[in-house]
Amino acid sequence: MGKAITDLRAEGVSVSLGGRDILTDISLAFAPGRVTAILGPNGAGKSTLLSCLVGLRAPRRGRVTLEGSAILKLSARERAKRIAYLPQTPEIAWGLDVRTFVRLGRTAHRGVFGESAADAFAVGAALKSTGLSDFAARDIRTLSGGERARAHIARAFAGEPDWVVADEPLTGLDLGHQLDAADLLKAAAARGAGVVVSVHDLGFAARACDRIVVMMEGQILSDGPPAEALTAEVLAKAYGVDAHWVAGESGPLLDVIARRSLS
Amino acid sequence: MRRSGGVALELGLIALLIALSALSVCAGRVWIPLTHLGGPGDPRWLIITALRLPRTLLGILVGAALGLSGASLQGYTRNPLADPGVLGVSAMAALGAVLTLYLNLATGSPWLLTALAMGGAAVGVILLILVAGPAGDAVSFLLAGVILSSIASAGVALALGLAPNPWASSEITTWLMGSLADRSIVDVRTAAPFIFAGGALLLATGPALDALTLGETGARALGVSLRRTQMLIATGVGLACGAAVAVTGVIGFVGLIVPHAVRQFVGERPSRLLIPSALAGADLLLAADILVRATPHANEVHVSVAMAALGAPFFLGLLIAMRRKLA
Repeated sequence: MGKAITDLRAEGVSVSLGGRDILTDISLAFAPGRVTAILGPNGAGKSTLLSCLVGLRAPRRGRVTLEGSAILKLSARERAKRIAYLPQTPEIAWGLDVRTFVRLGRTAHRGVFGESAADAFAVGAALKSTGLSDFAARDIRTLSGGERARAHIARAFAGEPDWVVADEPLTGLDLGHQLDAADLLKAAAARGAGVVVSVHDLGFAARACDRIVVMMEGQILSDGPPAEALTAEVLAKAYGVDAHWVAGESGPLLDVIARRSLS
Repeated sequence: MRRSGGVALELGLIALLIALSALSVCAGRVWIPLTHLGGPGDPRWLIITALRLPRTLLGILVGAALGLSGASLQGYTRNPLADPGVLGVSAMAALGAVLTLYLNLATGSPWLLTALAMGGAAVGVILLILVAGPAGDAVSFLLAGVILSSIASAGVALALGLAPNPWASSEITTWLMGSLADRSIVDVRTAAPFIFAGGALLLATGPALDALTLGETGARALGVSLRRTQMLIATGVGLACGAAVAVTGVIGFVGLIVPHAVRQFVGERPSRLLIPSALAGADLLLAADILVRATPHANEVHVSVAMAALGAPFFLGLLIAMRRKLA
């Protein structure tokens, strides 16, 4: 990820589907080298926002820019080289071995002559950094959920992207694997990539992310460092829960007390 | 997950193809050993050059076209039950071909018939994608294919029945039950360029088919153009399969069986299946065609019937295996 790192920006993005407004006038700028979590209840528009950010959905109004240029004007290949996207509930149609699977992350880099030395090197490095080197020959579909999540992240890393955008990469993982996956995403940010993830786990977001954007009904409810973005008021409004911050051994912890009565 | 060392499978399939080709030239109602063949003066020379050589070449070309079409359709639809015959793409090609007969356009030139057959096959692929969606699940794809197949077959029968044609019923059989018998070198020349062109387009889809392992969204995120891939598949299958049907009629199940067999050796990566599927398709069709020549009756069994006899139980087995996996 040696090239000049860029800035990913949504400018007044609005999306409506079937007459319903999914996103309304969203403006956000994401800095490289940081992990940003997008939080919000189901249906808040998180996935739609992410698919706009990676250039897979054209907003009805507004635009997304990457280093100042409109993302929809970039060629698909150029865009794919710079942004790795991990969709929610990723499909795996065939039983590829893990190395071949991770190699898919190089699709946009491939020349007409197949895999280059640079491709092989990047794939090897991605396998190593995700601890999957020993699994390289295994059928991807025989991996456990946690291993498979790492394989998806390795696939993203193999493309050596400036940006990693992941839609709920931690959902369905047990606690240990959540921490593993989070560490991998943090490591990518430490190497200079911009990381944007949507997550459901508030505690995780508060601990692992530099910045939190809370969305609700297609709008931004709050935006800032965890302690500022996740106030009791915001949580009550977004999730309908009573919660507050308590002092923990390794920093402040978010304590969710009860579901507010639905009125 | 088995991985063959490099090109071992391809070399084996080519060796088999050479052996089958030699056998195909020798075998038939009269056994003609190549070692005892005289020069052009020998009466058996004519049997070889005018009948068996075209038949053998056509078997190789058509088998390769069907195997490659099946492998790329399966990769594109992520559906291991896809096959140009089963999905009605070949029947659409036959309908295109028969339309030229119905409209009395084919007299003189085989090119127009071939062109319409290829057009029919391409329309078939596009209809399937439109009806079932490129990400359609196995069941909706099969249902769409069954419907397309029925409509196209009925169209073939209707067009031939309405045409002022005393041989309508035998023509219907010719088109819907494909065969390699009694074809000439003209047929080989007609089909070959289109099968090669279509094959080249299908081979170019390899990286996109691999990326589609991650589904449509995943493939798009990897920078793959779905529209370009769809165009390549529709045109490639149209050319290869359409040209094949134009000279042999509908032969099903080759494209279904072959990719499955190949997966046992090289794994499931879609791009890795393409070339071996073309080779194995040629092997399979050639072998089946040699076997039907051995049928003892005056009218030899159509090779499509032999393929169906082999393919239908295979298809059933696959369905049962898939249901077990889902259950």
